[in-house]
Amino acid sequence: MTILDYLAAQGGRLLGLTIEHAILVLVSVTISTIIGVTLGVLTYRTERPRRTALAITGIFLTIPSFALFGLLVAPLGLGATPAVIALVMYGLLPIVRNTITGLRSVDPAIVESAQGMGMGRYRRLLRIELPLAWPIILTGVRVAAVIIVGIAAVAAVVNGPGLGKDIFRALARVGTPTAVPQAVSAVLGIIAIAILIDFFFMIVARLTTSRGIRA
Amino acid sequence: MPDVTTTAASQPTESMISLQDLSKIFPGQPKPAVDSIDMEIPAGEIVILVGPSGCGKTTTMRLINRLIEPTSGRIILEGEDVTKVNPDQLRRRIGYVIQQVGLFPHHTISDNIATVPRMLGWDEKRIRSRVDELLAMVGLDPGTYRDRYPKNLSGGQRQRAGVARALSADPPVMLMDEPFGAIDPITRDRLQNEFLRLQQTIRKTIVFVTHDIDEAIKMGDRIAILREGSKIAQYDTPERILAAPADDFVADFIGAGASLKRLGLTRVRDIELIPWPTAGVDATRTEVLEALRGSDKGAVLILDDQRRPVRWVGGREIQRSDRPLAEIGLPSDAVVQPHATLADALNEMLKSRFGCVAVVDGSGAYMGSVEFGTVSSVIQELRRDARERSRAEADELHAAGAVNA
Repeated sequence: MTILDYLAAQGGRLLGLTIEHAILVLVSVTISTIIGVTLGVLTYRTERPRRTALAITGIFLTIPSFALFGLLVAPLGLGATPAVIALVMYGLLPIVRNTITGLRSVDPAIVESAQGMGMGRYRRLLRIELPLAWPIILTGVRVAAVIIVGIAAVAAVVNGPGLGKDIFRALARVGTPTAVPQAVSAVLGIIAIAILIDFFFMIVARLTTSRGIRA
Repeated sequence: MPDVTTTAASQPTESMISLQDLSKIFPGQPKPAVDSIDMEIPAGEIVILVGPSGCGKTTTMRLINRLIEPTSGRIILEGEDVTKVNPDQLRRRIGYVIQQVGLFPHHTISDNIATVPRMLGWDEKRIRSRVDELLAMVGLDPGTYRDRYPKNLSGGQRQRAGVARALSADPPVMLMDEPFGAIDPITRDRLQNEFLRLQQTIRKTIVFVTHDIDEAIKMGDRIAILREGSKIAQYDTPERILAAPADDFVADFIGAGASLKRLGLTRVRDIELIPWPTAGVDATRTEVLEALRGSDKGAVLILDDQRRPVRWVGGREIQRSDRPLAEIGLPSDAVVQPHATLADALNEMLKSRFGCVAVVDGSGAYMGSVEFGTVSSVIQELRRDARERSRAEADELHAAGAVNA
């Protein structure tokens, strides 16, 4: 059985899984971004909290994905919840790190002049610092998304949604005629999502970055 | 005798900002950065804070808009104690210009200028017309620059935009921290002149920090020379600081060229011009010699039919050559206009080979001359005047029992 035959037969189901996978990634990246940017904003100005945030999110990324999914099953059971939580944890480091780097790279003279003009703390953060740090933060989110697309495949071990299911099924049936096309098509689906995400972030960056700071 | 005009600064005006016993001690530092400064800043004047690096001049300025919170003392702005008011509200009433300009790179020039008016809730129509008015005021064509981003402007243009932004909500007070410090010398000179011209119309109260005494002398109505701990060594008009430094610290800080610096304060129109004998380009030899004989000068200034200087011609040249008057002698290319300073005149004198510079009016017609002797007697006059004035003032203060800080 060739991949084309397989796709012809299973295309509909595969598309469903791909959409599921994409949604899993999207939800995880969104939550990770909210938590990560918040952590970055809260810690970028003071040394100790900053290092703690980076150290902890750094440790998350070093935990093998199989182990982390497994660990989360104990308190949370099977399904989408442990999958999303694990993926959020994997996405945090690049987002927190780039948020901190981005905010710290804003020219202090610009922040000082904003303050000197009577912009308060929140206005300064929302109108000046975050928009200027935005391209760097967005790069962090993109890196997180790419990491998450890959690791999301492993989410199938805790019965999570997505293309991982097909990969595990195929692995369990190695030797049968459909095993290889099944695995390959799932992997191709993941690659397609990764490419789409890259493309998506390119457009978002273009649309959300001021012309004044675009390279 | 040369007549030296006194500046507007010698008439005391109402005080716009008053610093009372103001101190700043940074945690962990043994000595205060600002040690109980008392200072009155008169409305409508440019007051320069100048001193060696680390003397606390920038800290003192930032205490005024409370970018640095004072440890003790009071800040009075327009008669109101602002030491404890909301600092953001306070800062919207005070223009702020820093050396790095600090334009927001992600905002257009017009959005940059509109920052404070937007915070103050002006309507968009009013903001738009204010932005255009300000851009024109600082010499940036609104149509060209309104929608540009800061990265598309030169350093000098950014500095102008920064000044426009500081003026946006028409604050009575502006703080300027080495505003021309990062700009090349030629552009800086132009920006300084433009700014002085602008100040003639806007009449803001300006506190201006610099480390450059020459800039202080050029820009200031009054100069406060600060020593460590922001202690005022002398607070006076540039003329009097140059003529009568309060102590060795001030004298050292001004440097050896004080007399020369004073030439930058006196304008050609303020001194009496010396008439040199003149003759038209088509005058006869006899007429020229006649003119020469009727004066004590060694040369005749040949003027064209518009009375513009052409050549300096001496008696010897007339007798030795029979070429036209416009081709003998020395070219009279050293000319200045009445608004030039004596420093400019001296400079022209040194450039030309003739110890005298011709003064011309706006259309280039000859008015009279400035000689080297005039310049040097002006220096002596200024010196004596100021010395007497500050002695009289010291006596007065002494009589009143006050001690000048």
